[in-house]
Amino acid sequence: MALIMPACRPTSRPDAGCATIMSTATAPPSLLLPGAVRSESPPWFQELQAAAWAEFKSLPLPARTDETWRYSSLKALSLDGYSTASETSADVRDLVAERALRRRAGRMVFVNDRLTAIDDPDPSLKDRGVVFTSLEEALGTHGELLRKHFMSQPARLGSQKFAALHRALVRAGTFLYVPQGVELPQPFEVFHFVDGENASVFPHTLVIAEPLSKVALVDHFISLDASAPGFACGVNDLIVRDQAKLAYTSVQDWSQAFVSVQINSTLVGRDARAMNLALNFGGRYSRLESVSRLEAEGGRSDMLAVTVAGQDQEFDQRTHQDHLKPNTTSDLLYKNALFDDARTIFSGLIKVEPGAHRTDAYQKVRNLLLSENAEANSLPGLEILADDVRCTHGATSGQIEEEELFYLKSRGIPLPAAQRLIVRGFLNEVLDRLDNPELQEHLRSEVDRHLL
Amino acid sequence: MSTSTPSLELDRDIGNFFYDVKSTRDAGTGLTEKTIDYIVDAKAEPDWIRDFRKQALRVFRDKPLPTSWAGDELSAIDFDAIRYYLASGGATKRTWEEVPDDIKRTFERLGIPESERKFLAGVEAQFDSEAVYSNIKKAVSDQGVIFVGSTEGLKNHPEIFRKWFGKVIPTGDNKFSALNSAVFSGGSFIYVPPGVKVKHPLQAYFRINAENFGQFERTLIIADEGAELMYMEGCTAPRFTTATLHSAVVELVALKGAKIQYVTVQNWSPNVFNLVTKRGLAMEEAEIKWIDCNIGSRLTMKYPGVVLKGRKARGEVISIALANDGQHQDTGAKMVHAADETTSNIVSKSISVGKGRATYRGLVHVPKHLKGCKNNTECDALLINSQSRTDTYPAITVRGTGNSTQHEASVSQISAEQIFYMQQRGLSEGQAMSLAVNGFVNDLVRQFPMEYSVELKRLIDLEMEGSVG
Repeated sequence: MALIMPACRPTSRPDAGCATIMSTATAPPSLLLPGAVRSESPPWFQELQAAAWAEFKSLPLPARTDETWRYSSLKALSLDGYSTASETSADVRDLVAERALRRRAGRMVFVNDRLTAIDDPDPSLKDRGVVFTSLEEALGTHGELLRKHFMSQPARLGSQKFAALHRALVRAGTFLYVPQGVELPQPFEVFHFVDGENASVFPHTLVIAEPLSKVALVDHFISLDASAPGFACGVNDLIVRDQAKLAYTSVQDWSQAFVSVQINSTLVGRDARAMNLALNFGGRYSRLESVSRLEAEGGRSDMLAVTVAGQDQEFDQRTHQDHLKPNTTSDLLYKNALFDDARTIFSGLIKVEPGAHRTDAYQKVRNLLLSENAEANSLPGLEILADDVRCTHGATSGQIEEEELFYLKSRGIPLPAAQRLIVRGFLNEVLDRLDNPELQEHLRSEVDRHLL
Repeated sequence: MSTSTPSLELDRDIGNFFYDVKSTRDAGTGLTEKTIDYIVDAKAEPDWIRDFRKQALRVFRDKPLPTSWAGDELSAIDFDAIRYYLASGGATKRTWEEVPDDIKRTFERLGIPESERKFLAGVEAQFDSEAVYSNIKKAVSDQGVIFVGSTEGLKNHPEIFRKWFGKVIPTGDNKFSALNSAVFSGGSFIYVPPGVKVKHPLQAYFRINAENFGQFERTLIIADEGAELMYMEGCTAPRFTTATLHSAVVELVALKGAKIQYVTVQNWSPNVFNLVTKRGLAMEEAEIKWIDCNIGSRLTMKYPGVVLKGRKARGEVISIALANDGQHQDTGAKMVHAADETTSNIVSKSISVGKGRATYRGLVHVPKHLKGCKNNTECDALLINSQSRTDTYPAITVRGTGNSTQHEASVSQISAEQIFYMQQRGLSEGQAMSLAVNGFVNDLVRQFPMEYSVELKRLIDLEMEGSVG
């Protein structure tokens, strides 16, 4: 792995850190400021960022009456006090080593939205046209592709303001391009670390899987200080062309005081397969919006999530399965284990557009309530405007069956261990859907780490 | 399957007629404080009702239309073009002979009071704003059962009426409950004394006769401890080209151990906006069951609810909706669990035909520190044509470890194999379709009283006629 020292990089932001104006008494409530546009960004991108900042300023914060924010704890969304994360000298190598996949196609590490390490790319991949690089780099080398695909999909589930904020302030992230017919057996992995109090980051991921290609990517989001407040506003756009296969996984492990908004958009082409799995562990308030658009016949999208919610955490998950063409399939399975005073919201919609006949769409959310004070809200929705469809949704909320506990206890397993086993089994059903055993095992250990 | 525009004249013709009845009392179009004064004076109501109505009018004006979740279909209602009170004057008649001939003709055409003679314990008929006929069998009234119009209830039985009126559904619950509270007229007031089990159903019949008219009946039913009651209502209106508004408020109170079943077969004509708030309060071990069937109207928004306030209370909503061309049936249920060991069950089946749209919207709420609460929700939707639409929007909140909920919904259509199978055996495609649809709702229809389930099957047959081709 080649470590890139921040200083060696044609950087970025000479005024890094100056975005915070802590001292002025008249400082605005939010300390987020528009990026002093980086001179090395192409002009179109600079313009886009400036326009996005204006859009962000003009849009109101979500209000109680917004249907897309029903049940959300809106007070978490105040941006007071955050400032863009500044450069840091934190060493994350041990943390990366601890969580790294044994075999991988490539790796990038970001700390406070700055690329600190990138694997020497396998020359054979490069020769086949695979591009795995930072957003910043790609703006120079693949400007046209970015211009076409960078946040080409609007935020559809309520976070327009945050999408604009991301567009305005994004400076780091992944650009992964897999050319036609290239199949990569091993996943890429990307780490986003945050260091410091009240730091905000804007991680971006753009994956383009060209026809007949196959690729997997794992994003990790980690706070170095498990109790420092902070704010993350991330976007991941997944473009899966005809007959391509893409598996995307995010592992969110922000600090217990973190607020995050993550906006996903997945476009699924003809006979293509997309899989999007979210593992949610950290954060005080985490909003996840995930949209799958099945744009051509025969496409399939699997939307999966595993959430371990404890203390006073709130996970606010909004999903949209949009079937635009006939013979498409989507299958959603979200599982929440709720401890302590945790709160979850799941609001999902299956939409079958006119003419999208012979759609198969499934949506299932399961809440396991493990404490008296936990609260699960479920809003599973269907809008069907076509016919000859098979659509079902189910939402259940319940607790561990006494019989199950009794069975385990009667075999000498103490209560806490028995509970943990049952929760593990409950959540593992989601991971069972993965078809890469190595990744599956790796993610199981991530879940276990948070069930201790 | 291709779409066609089914001819639906047949069923609606039952109600599609109107007589030019002279209304001696007419509050005119539009809604101001003067309208309210007119209604209060015409009905000679006490002052507390006048204040109550005026307060409600302010709430109505302050509340926006619920466009954030309901879309903008409601903005087609022109509140200034509606007539809020129409009556021919005079007290509610107790015998059929006393009812004025022109009104009598209307109801006789609709089969009232013949149906009463058959099996009802009592019947009330409302024509535009006022109850024109109200009768209760002697055996039932001897048991102490009160069954009168709401105006009579608030005048003659204030000690019971005032205690519960507006308590289950407060004025400010929503914009349309506020509107109803401002201009309500008609509807039933029923009180069943402790331990009395009314064997036969009580029935109300609602009829809109005039154009541009809004009907705002108000029903309050109280079943005292251990009492049991079944109440049924039906509705029709002639088909005018302009929009008509029906916005009722129905409050049920089931005290300890009481049981109330409330059956609605709604077959308004397709120019009626049917925006109704219905809610019951179930005390300890009480049971409230809404059986709700929506076939008519242009837009129905109705979510019968039960607040499960006492231990072991039970709430149930059985809902059937059929949406044809130009119709949107936005129906569902609300279950608010507020005590331990309360259970609720929601079963909803909807059928979308032609360009019809059926929506299920639901709310289930199980707050903290309750034990042993259970909810089961099932929504099944059937789509008949390629342009039919169906939506499901439930909202379920559960806290704590002692409770469980489950929600399931499915959307399907009648399989070509089923139709083929039946055609093989000599049924026409239309007959096969009707049979399949009736099969889809059969287990719910069986829960209706016999007369209603027969009627319902017939209505479904008629709606399905010409829907394939």
